[in-house]
Amino acid sequence: MIPVPLSHVLLVAAALFAVGLVGLLVRRNTIFMLLSVEIMLNAAGLAFVAAGSRWRTADGQVVFLFVLTTAAAEVAVGLALALQLHRRFHTLDADAADDLGD
Amino acid sequence: MNVLFYAAAAVAIVSTALAITRVNAVHALLYLIVSFFAVAVVFTVLGAPFIAALEVIIYAGAIMVLFLFVIMLLNLGPEGAARERSWLSGKGWIGPAVLAVALFAVLARAVAGGAPGAAGRAAVSPREVGVLLLGPYLIGIELAAMLLLAGLVGAFHIGRRDLERGGPP
Repeated sequence: MIPVPLSHVLLVAAALFAVGLVGLLVRRNTIFMLLSVEIMLNAAGLAFVAAGSRWRTADGQVVFLFVLTTAAAEVAVGLALALQLHRRFHTLDADAADDLGD
Repeated sequence: MNVLFYAAAAVAIVSTALAITRVNAVHALLYLIVSFFAVAVVFTVLGAPFIAALEVIIYAGAIMVLFLFVIMLLNLGPEGAARERSWLSGKGWIGPAVLAVALFAVLARAVAGGAPGAAGRAAVSPREVGVLLLGPYLIGIELAAMLLLAGLVGAFHIGRRDLERGGPP
């Protein structure tokens, strides 16, 4: 196998995380916000697997499995919320549901 | 120099950037699936074939199909894309872009100073992952099971139709 410098893999993970952050902050559609959270979780998982590979242990891959579980649970609840938002306000705009203070 | 890694990383970053700028949700989803496939290639290069398979099966398969179900269920159509376009245009990009560039600069500086060594010199087999997962990390498996059950119950409750009319049934 051809090795890759650890810092390069971590830079890729950081770039993916930054792109996901831009998506989360820019988009107003809840579905796109959830997609961006998925991107960021995936980038964090990539960093874990890279570190596990650097020290040749399976721990990084185990933590990736936990990240995967968290992502799956989060996306199920998040999409249910998006569905309910669309039913009540007929829009996916996250700002539509800001009348808690009224 | 591992050409496969750099090619896959470039594909992953470009397709992710394309995904967050699309106005059509299904197009964004397809770009994101390309990105997840590229990340799966990166995992293979890093010697994690089990994780590469899980990335394709669970991320690109299950989670993205869940998104697809919801997008099809909501049936946003062309007027949805037009609204997205109006939301995306304008100065809303500047602040988030500056923040993300700053975050990336900090992370890059931290990585440049303190991440020696090379990854992917040898593969870690699924067997090793399984032994570790069901040994020292057994409590984590139990917690993950509880989290998934809570997610299932929560998604079922929040998604119910009779919540629409307001108040508990």
